[in-house]
Amino acid sequence: MAGPLLEVEGLVKRFGGFTALNRVSLSVKAGERFGLIGPNGSGKTTLINCVSGALPVDGGSIRFEGREITALPPHQRTRLGIVRSFQIPKPFTSMTVRENLGIPLEYAAAGRAGGEGSADADEILESIGLHAKAHLRPAGLTQIEMRKLELARAMAARPKLLISDEAMAGLSSTEVDDILAILFRLNTQGITIIMIEHIMRAVMRFSERIVVLDAGERIAEGTPDEVVRNPAVEKAYLGE
Amino acid sequence: MFSWDLLANAVVAGLLIGGFYAAVSLGVGLIFGLLDIANIAQPAFVILGSYAAYVLNSSYGLDPILTGLLLTPVFYLLGAAVYRVYYTSFERRGEESLRGLVFFFGILFIIEVSLSIIFGVDYRLIQTWYGSRSIEFAGVGVAFRYLVPFVVGVAMTLALHLFLGRTFYGRAIMAVSQDRLALRLMGANPVQIKTIAFGVGIAAASLAGALLISIAPVIPSTDRDYIGRMFAITVLGGMGSIGGTLVAGIVLGIAESLMATFFGPSWSLAVSFGILLLALAVRPAGLFGR
Amino acid sequence: MKTGRTLLVALAVIVAGILLAKLRVNPYFYFAGYVILQYIVIATAWNILGGYAGYVNFGTPAFFAMGAYTAVFLIRSVHAPLPVLIVAGGLVAALLGLGIGYLTLRLRGTFFSIATLALAVVLQTAIINWEYVGGSRGLSVIRPSGPPFGNYVVFLFTVMGGLAVVSVLVARFIERSWIGRGLAALRDNEEAAECMGVPTLKLKLFATTVSGFFLGVAGAPFPYYVTFVEPNSAFALDYAVNALAMPMIGGTTSWVGPVIGAVLLGTASQLATVTISSEMNLFIVGVVLVAFVVLAPEGILGLVRKLRSR
Repeated sequence: MAGPLLEVEGLVKRFGGFTALNRVSLSVKAGERFGLIGPNGSGKTTLINCVSGALPVDGGSIRFEGREITALPPHQRTRLGIVRSFQIPKPFTSMTVRENLGIPLEYAAAGRAGGEGSADADEILESIGLHAKAHLRPAGLTQIEMRKLELARAMAARPKLLISDEAMAGLSSTEVDDILAILFRLNTQGITIIMIEHIMRAVMRFSERIVVLDAGERIAEGTPDEVVRNPAVEKAYLGE
Repeated sequence: MFSWDLLANAVVAGLLIGGFYAAVSLGVGLIFGLLDIANIAQPAFVILGSYAAYVLNSSYGLDPILTGLLLTPVFYLLGAAVYRVYYTSFERRGEESLRGLVFFFGILFIIEVSLSIIFGVDYRLIQTWYGSRSIEFAGVGVAFRYLVPFVVGVAMTLALHLFLGRTFYGRAIMAVSQDRLALRLMGANPVQIKTIAFGVGIAAASLAGALLISIAPVIPSTDRDYIGRMFAITVLGGMGSIGGTLVAGIVLGIAESLMATFFGPSWSLAVSFGILLLALAVRPAGLFGR
Repeated sequence: MKTGRTLLVALAVIVAGILLAKLRVNPYFYFAGYVILQYIVIATAWNILGGYAGYVNFGTPAFFAMGAYTAVFLIRSVHAPLPVLIVAGGLVAALLGLGIGYLTLRLRGTFFSIATLALAVVLQTAIINWEYVGGSRGLSVIRPSGPPFGNYVVFLFTVMGGLAVVSVLVARFIERSWIGRGLAALRDNEEAAECMGVPTLKLKLFATTVSGFFLGVAGAPFPYYVTFVEPNSAFALDYAVNALAMPMIGGTTSWVGPVIGAVLLGTASQLATVTISSEMNLFIVGVVLVAFVVLAPEGILGLVRKLRSR
């Protein structure tokens, strides 16, 4: 495919009088490991909500695989291959772990040709280390297991583009490495990944390219090294 | 059959009743609009206030507005108690939506049925000393029976507005509605603040109910007539904008009055329902909303 | 229970119903039995939206009465036979559900619930103003002659029994299908469900429509049952509270719950109404509802599950 996988152009989002996103543009190539960082309140999650369809936009356009998706409801975007995980895990509480994966397998992945074959729920659970708890309800999971379930569910939706929204927040160092390894592995399988994170060492190690947001605007873009040395980025995080 | 006189009368009547409707809806504006608790039992508390006023009026001849005010502390405590149960059973467990709604419906139901067991289904009305008088204002007859509740309604709106804007607890309530974390950092306990807010909302029902029974006859099922009105006004007014509640109340009052004057009184409930649906479809944030 | 076995049980129930009809026991049995069977349909219908999808409908009387008054209209205008009344009543109520759903289901569930609460009142006003179906005075309806089993109430008893079986089978089918799984996902977390590919709006509209359909179906035979239809009885508060209480008491996550709740609460209500008073009965139902919602929100099924896992 020639063009970028995801193209966001001039995105505007307002909440009443407050402009959360002010003409933000970015593009992500297929197979890329893309990082999205910025101080708290810079609009990262809002941007993700707009891309996933959870929020309607006030201006600009979003194109996926060359196709305009700005008006599509979230569930259709998921079926096209845009899958996001949630910052605060939102498992289906009345179902077992396996059944949780059953939903995206049934609704998002079904009927979509291609991908990595027909890996079912058990395979995904094995690969992520949750297989022993497949029969339990989310209430019986630890913090990191909930995060893994969140990722496993996203994987079950057969994503072409996976947006990981602060999957590592509050985890220990080894747990962070655990999640990072999973994301790396998914990327080698051909899944494009956008990582939103505050844990800098993870983002720096993972990303091929990073975009930095601050107060709803894009202030920097480049490789991890370039971004780290960018004075505008330093100012955004540390203040004047 | 149209005449300017008829129109003027209808508008004025609607304006006056609208002020009263706003008073009735203040509790919902506070509890649902600001705190996001779907207290559908509010109309039942209003009717409870009506019957309380009735009892005190028929036993001791007390003026309903006086009764309404006197009973505010009682209703406040009742509201605080109800909220505590709601909080412990649902909010704390994060299961507000389905079960909380059913809980409030149960309360609405129990109040209505209890009233009909105790008082039967006869219509009750309080005849006030000013009820039969009226004045002429710019060629339009204004009945005191509607004027007094309108004035009290506006006064209640003003009082609540001042409470929310000028007092510590009032501002705390506004803070809770916007950001629970900020409130905790402020040093106040969100649960306590919500208890106070809920109590105030139910206390408002006491006075509103007393006004209601001085305007029109009441039976236990009258509460259901007000559900649509209260929520229509709250949504239209902006879900927590107290000033918006007053404006929305007047808009609804005038709409109902025009409908009743030119098409017959039985369709007035359809007006509030229609406005509710319209408000929900067009602007869930209402006219003044956040 | 496996599907094969369930269908066998359903068949057995139908056969039992017909036998009971032929036996001609105490006539009161058929009157009371009709009410309980009617509540099985109502509770099951309510639960398709309330239990499976998590959207609470407080306006059950509106849907029930739409079924009843559609029947009245068709009886009066074209003397339609009972099967037509049932299907038509169901369809009109289904349309009502679809309409209300379309207008409010894009918003939070709370607004849907509030709208249903207001709906009942408005519809009652509309019916009161409709002279053709009796308005506020009500309308007499004459039962057709020569019913099966020789007695119309007995006949209605079997019909309602059949409708109960059908509604339960449909609910069970939905529950176990991909639709049911999607509904459960959106009940648990609507935002996550939508992001996992579940078309939440379509499923909600489906549930509202099917729920409305069966509520209307439950109401369609009502005119022939009571022979005098007036708004106060068709829109009775009993339907609103029972439609909630029965699934809540029995358990909302499965088709079994509403059946248990309808049988238990329905029987208890009949007894209470006869021995104490209908208003005290309603009061007790209200208290029981609140008690269950606060103390045992998963109903009897939930309690059984908890006891079993000890």
